[in-house]
Amino acid sequence: MDGYIHSIESFGTVDGPGVRLVVFCQGCPMRCQYCHNPDTWEMGKGTRMSAEEIMRLYERNKAFYSRGGITVTGGEPLLQPDFLLELFALAKARGVHTCIDTSGATYREGQSPYNEKLDRLMEMTDLVMLDIKHIDDAAHRELTGMPNGGVLAFAKYLEQRNVPLWVRHVVVPGITDEEAQLERLGRFIGSLKNLKALDVLPYHTMGTVKYQQMGIPYPLEGVEPMSKAGAELARKTIIAGIRAARGKN
Amino acid sequence: MDHLYYMDYDFEEWEGFERATWCREINVRSFLQHNHTPYDGDESFLTEPTQDTLDLWAQVMELTKEEIARGGVLDMDTDVVSTITSHGPGYLNKSKEKIVGLQTDKPFKRAFMPYGGIRMAEKACKDNGYTVDPKMSEFFSTHRKTHNAGVFDVYTPEMRACRSSHIITGLPDAYGRGRIIGDYRRVALYGVDCLIEDKLEQKEETRSAMYSNVIRQREEISEQIRALQELKKMAASYGYDISRPAKDVKEAIQWLYFGYLGAIKEQNGAAMSLGRTSTFLDIYAERDLKKGLYTEQEIQEMVDHFIMKLRMVKFARTPEYNQLFSGDPQWVTESIGGVAIDGRHLVSKMSYRYLHTLKNLGPSPEPNLTVLWSVHLPLPFKRYCAKVSIESSSVQYENDDMMRFTHGDDYAIACCVSSMRLGLEMQFFGARANLAKCLLYAINGGVDEISHKQVGPKFTPITADYLNYDEVMDKFDAMMRWLAEVYVNTLNIIHYMHDKYCYERLQMALHDKNVTRWFATGIAGLSVVADSLSAIKYAKVKVIRDETGLAVDYEVEGDFPKYGNDDDRVDNIARGIVHRFMEHIRKNHTYRDSIPTTSILTITSNVVYGKATGSTPDGRKKGEAFAPGANPMHRRDTHGAVASLASVAKLPFKDAKDGISNTFSIIPGALGKEDQIFCGDLDVDIDCGNGGCFSPTLFEGLDADANEV
Repeated sequence: MDGYIHSIESFGTVDGPGVRLVVFCQGCPMRCQYCHNPDTWEMGKGTRMSAEEIMRLYERNKAFYSRGGITVTGGEPLLQPDFLLELFALAKARGVHTCIDTSGATYREGQSPYNEKLDRLMEMTDLVMLDIKHIDDAAHRELTGMPNGGVLAFAKYLEQRNVPLWVRHVVVPGITDEEAQLERLGRFIGSLKNLKALDVLPYHTMGTVKYQQMGIPYPLEGVEPMSKAGAELARKTIIAGIRAARGKN
Repeated sequence: MDHLYYMDYDFEEWEGFERATWCREINVRSFLQHNHTPYDGDESFLTEPTQDTLDLWAQVMELTKEEIARGGVLDMDTDVVSTITSHGPGYLNKSKEKIVGLQTDKPFKRAFMPYGGIRMAEKACKDNGYTVDPKMSEFFSTHRKTHNAGVFDVYTPEMRACRSSHIITGLPDAYGRGRIIGDYRRVALYGVDCLIEDKLEQKEETRSAMYSNVIRQREEISEQIRALQELKKMAASYGYDISRPAKDVKEAIQWLYFGYLGAIKEQNGAAMSLGRTSTFLDIYAERDLKKGLYTEQEIQEMVDHFIMKLRMVKFARTPEYNQLFSGDPQWVTESIGGVAIDGRHLVSKMSYRYLHTLKNLGPSPEPNLTVLWSVHLPLPFKRYCAKVSIESSSVQYENDDMMRFTHGDDYAIACCVSSMRLGLEMQFFGARANLAKCLLYAINGGVDEISHKQVGPKFTPITADYLNYDEVMDKFDAMMRWLAEVYVNTLNIIHYMHDKYCYERLQMALHDKNVTRWFATGIAGLSVVADSLSAIKYAKVKVIRDETGLAVDYEVEGDFPKYGNDDDRVDNIARGIVHRFMEHIRKNHTYRDSIPTTSILTITSNVVYGKATGSTPDGRKKGEAFAPGANPMHRRDTHGAVASLASVAKLPFKDAKDGISNTFSIIPGALGKEDQIFCGDLDVDIDCGNGGCFSPTLFEGLDADANEV
């Protein structure tokens, strides 16, 4: 079972703990306005690579990854569960730390063949980095083109399975930096017992070049990058929400 | 008779040191092995600069400002030939300097050194607004031949053509070759009289049949003894008697520095490196700390003043020289750390003190502090190195785990990558052959693509519109063979003449009698050649010809694997070229039974080499810079740093024992979320089975209390 791969980063330092081999999967159901990798959207494209090939890349330079591991991101990696099952089975057989960086967009509650695969995948997953784009459903639809019910349900699902969770949140000026919403986000993730970390990422405009190259309009034209201070403030607000949810002030 | 010449010394200055082989022969490594205590702690013992240090450094900064204002040179000698004893003592501020000694009688005054070549010395003065005393010019043109004059008496027309077309480039035929490291520690440990006695014994023990090599050896040892005697005089002019061993750490630093100072008073070499001195000096520092003779603050002050002196090393050079090396570098390389063959690491408190000068005096490229990195170095030291690197961008790293295998545990780096055992090995520096140009010669039948002159042998050029891999490889291999031959023979001449007219008598006095000589060659343009051959093999390369039919440009149709992406298809080409070129080098006779080796190294001169090279089949345009050293071409490595490093790591060290360099810069943000948190994480050996490293280390974690419940 080949995966559809957009690209490989051999020295990933910001997508999970340690130095990691980062696999960017091709294809994504969301259309986030601030997406900096629009070239990963389209499905069925990219380079076809087998799980074995990727493990070979990992093995030949594994000395670099001894405190890291493999992260699959994208695009949306959970669009390719069969491929991930193969890849993570090989990784776990070698004791390699596995991480999925996802938007949670593919999750639907209930019993389904897909969720059975997810169950098996989560048994081999050491860490999920869940990017919650917006806590408000309407705003989430506006921002990504999809509702957030599945995303939040996925977070609950991970809690139930006790999969270690890092929550990521991108702060965009005027779009995802509203105090009340950040606090609400904090309250939600504060209720999750598997939450291990919060990673607040300031919005940047480095993706605009790709839009120009692809000849598509950039939805956030004119929106300034988020300052480091602004991101820190947002982080504090979310943490206040987490504290509130956990009954601490 | 034997016992008469068998040394067995004892000096009161050695009190408290463990005796071993080093007392019976000149052997600093033995002293280190028996007396060094590995330091596993962290940097918390380090001290701030003293007021004297700050005052002196302010003075140096002021002089630097003046020097820049005057166009790069503050003062120059024009009528005094620099020797070990040519100048009286010079000071910054005698009352504040704990370690003393300048190259001339004034700080920042550049010495006149004509032995490498009078024309270069004249030009260096002229270009900076000074005129060499005509009597000096006459003397060194008429009465005393120089290295440069000797070389040009012997060069063949072919060698001259290769030189002016830049297929062989940067040759040390008009300037000092450098790259020889005297074991300056010997001056401190044994004192000069002991070293002279040893040299007298060496002279006594030469063969009795006067073959020319025996005659040369006896003359050289005589020169070495003379240099040692002059060194004592020079030190005496500063009020020190270095005939005896150093008695404490202050004297040890001072003695050692005098040794180095004597060398740079006589030699304006392309790289005048210091060696591996920190842990040696630490043995003295530890003894003095125990005795209560000096405080930590006092020792750091000595180190700061010593390093300050090394930062002030200056030579008279021409603008062309500075252009070749992109600046005015001295390569005062000092090797720090590493691991001994018995498994103990060689990190000491003094290793920390040296690196700490980057904080006390601020960042600086000189001296070129080089950490001999091993996975077995203690973690606190690794962290400290990472921290200093982040703060100063002034630390060089070399792979001790690889070099220790061939060079033991008492080698040091000369210049940027050339490793040699201290006092046992030296090197004949050989600049570089431009392999990218060699490839173009292969395509054009030896005709230079820029001058249109027939420089290489008149092989049949390639006439097809599209390049064929097998045909190009055949011709390239033949052209490399030719280039290797003319290159090695050119270097043979250069080193013969350097030994004859510009012999490094003091540096060699601080070596054993029988040294191993490395015959260093070098490769420029490796990644250009690898990508060019890959383009020819995996894409289609169309030749663009000028009106004379000469291939002057190339069009690449389609994509091809590029060196720097951990792709064996092209990485194996790079590996193969290094191996083949080295095999061709090995086929030639090398001067003084030296062992041929090569380096893939250019930290800065890649720009100049690129300028002299036409368009290449990888799509690089005429005049564009090469990548430095063994680096992939700029922007062609697209799979991240590990893949890029992996490509470089595939190059065979056994064929490039003189070193492989990779220039690596990265923005702090790309090393993780917080720079401090990243310190130590590049460790590639720590086993990670217990889950400890699976905790989030590279992100802003939750507040501890928020994570409870």
